[in-house]
Amino acid sequence: MELFTNQVLAGIATGAIYACMALALVMIYQAIDHLNFAQGEMAMFSTFVSWQLMQWGVPYWGAFLLTLALSFAGGIVIERLLFKPLAKAPILTNVAGFIALFAIINSVAGLIWDFTIKQYPTPFGSSPFLGSQLISTHQAGMIGVTMLLLIALYVFFRFTRMGLAMRAAASVPESARLVGINTSWMIALGWGMAAAIGSIAGMLIAPVVFLEPNMMGGVLIYGFAAAVLGGLTSPFGAVIGGFLVGIFENLAGTYIPGVGNELKLPIALALIVTVLVVKPAGLFGRPIVKRV
Amino acid sequence: MTALLNIKALKAYYGQVQALHGLEFSLRQGSVTTLLGANGAGKTTTLRAICNMVRSTGAIEFDGAPLSGRSTENIVRLGIAHVPQGRGTFTSMTVEENLQLGAITRGDKVGVVSDIERMYEHFPVLKQRYGQQAGTLSGGEQQMLAVARALMLRPRLMLLDEPSFGLAPLIVRDLFKILGKINREDKVTILVVEQNAQLALELADHAYVIETGRIVMSGTADEIANNEDVRKSYLGY
Repeated sequence: MELFTNQVLAGIATGAIYACMALALVMIYQAIDHLNFAQGEMAMFSTFVSWQLMQWGVPYWGAFLLTLALSFAGGIVIERLLFKPLAKAPILTNVAGFIALFAIINSVAGLIWDFTIKQYPTPFGSSPFLGSQLISTHQAGMIGVTMLLLIALYVFFRFTRMGLAMRAAASVPESARLVGINTSWMIALGWGMAAAIGSIAGMLIAPVVFLEPNMMGGVLIYGFAAAVLGGLTSPFGAVIGGFLVGIFENLAGTYIPGVGNELKLPIALALIVTVLVVKPAGLFGRPIVKRV
Repeated sequence: MTALLNIKALKAYYGQVQALHGLEFSLRQGSVTTLLGANGAGKTTTLRAICNMVRSTGAIEFDGAPLSGRSTENIVRLGIAHVPQGRGTFTSMTVEENLQLGAITRGDKVGVVSDIERMYEHFPVLKQRYGQQAGTLSGGEQQMLAVARALMLRPRLMLLDEPSFGLAPLIVRDLFKILGKINREDKVTILVVEQNAQLALELADHAYVIETGRIVMSGTADEIANNEDVRKSYLGY
């Protein structure tokens, strides 16, 4: 039983990271109807930036907050320079744009910081949490920070004018313009927020997967799985999907014989395929109906 | 009286297809004007051109200032509210959120709250449904919501695109009564595009008839209503 509880809690901890990635993906998907394949690389780059800041002597939380701000600005710059001009381009052009962004960020990170694996600090420590052997303080910290983030986002989107405007721009862009909302800037803001959320995921997972340019590859696929499971049209679903994928991954790795660590990733992919076949809109998404 | 909106040589295009061929008309401050015409005559296009939602050339002046080169959202911010065809409801949001969105450009929180109350007085059915998802409202209720949302801007000019479309006759009567009241009490200038010519002419002071992208007739609502051709083509008697 203790093994089970342990695996579920560990699953919730990594699930928190998947939830963040899924949320970042959904945020951009809602705004521009495309999946940002480079979301993971953006998060990786942000994590390197925070690491560099710490190397320069900035304390952890200072570097954390500064990275959030820089990532937010970076997300907006990427949207303005690359994806705003592509707004009316065909899907494949956008896909090419995302892949290019992926490759560019990955190589630039390798060029600046090289591809050797680096240690990344955790502000929470890695001792047992509250004396319990079930979960480490870093895992508890991952869950805690994610929860704070989710609450902040909920309050922002539910109770602020800007949040309302962003939701409106994502749901019915034409009507949003007709009430005077600058939808183009709302998309840019969405990119900024997605980049910032991704940077949190990167900084929290880095002590676990270690810092290197390919660190987010697997995480992003789990993020995709989470977003697809929860429904690409539902931020709430994406978060739930993240936690479910985290738990599922850990339990499958522990209890299904022969899966182990090596086959965890294919399981995430199998999950994506299964969900797409059985319930294409995901658990909480609404089916997209197009009038002909 | 001065013209609030002045349109000269307005041409509009959908891709290569020209939909408006040099439209000219003006709206008097405080008036209700209706654009009549058959399907495909260019009524909706005219409204969309005013809000820069379709490629167009020509001069559109609002209160003496040209609108050309302004984005849709900037035109709206000048006080031009557009109730689009199909109502443009934010279906996944609540009724109250839809009303708040109508006032999203306004900074006066207190005024917005009291205006929402005013809308609930105009449209009591919206008050009953304030927390409900707007997509679950009936067609008539959504049309009321669309008009209320537009009014939340405190517009100087309101553009209505076929507000009667798909509504039961009794509901349409109610809606037009409220539009008349809004025009008198709040001094909102109204431009309404309608298929239901009879109803539109009852509400309007002035009417234009539009055919294949051109104004072919203009006059007071009474003149137009009594015109032989209009009676035959649009009023059906």
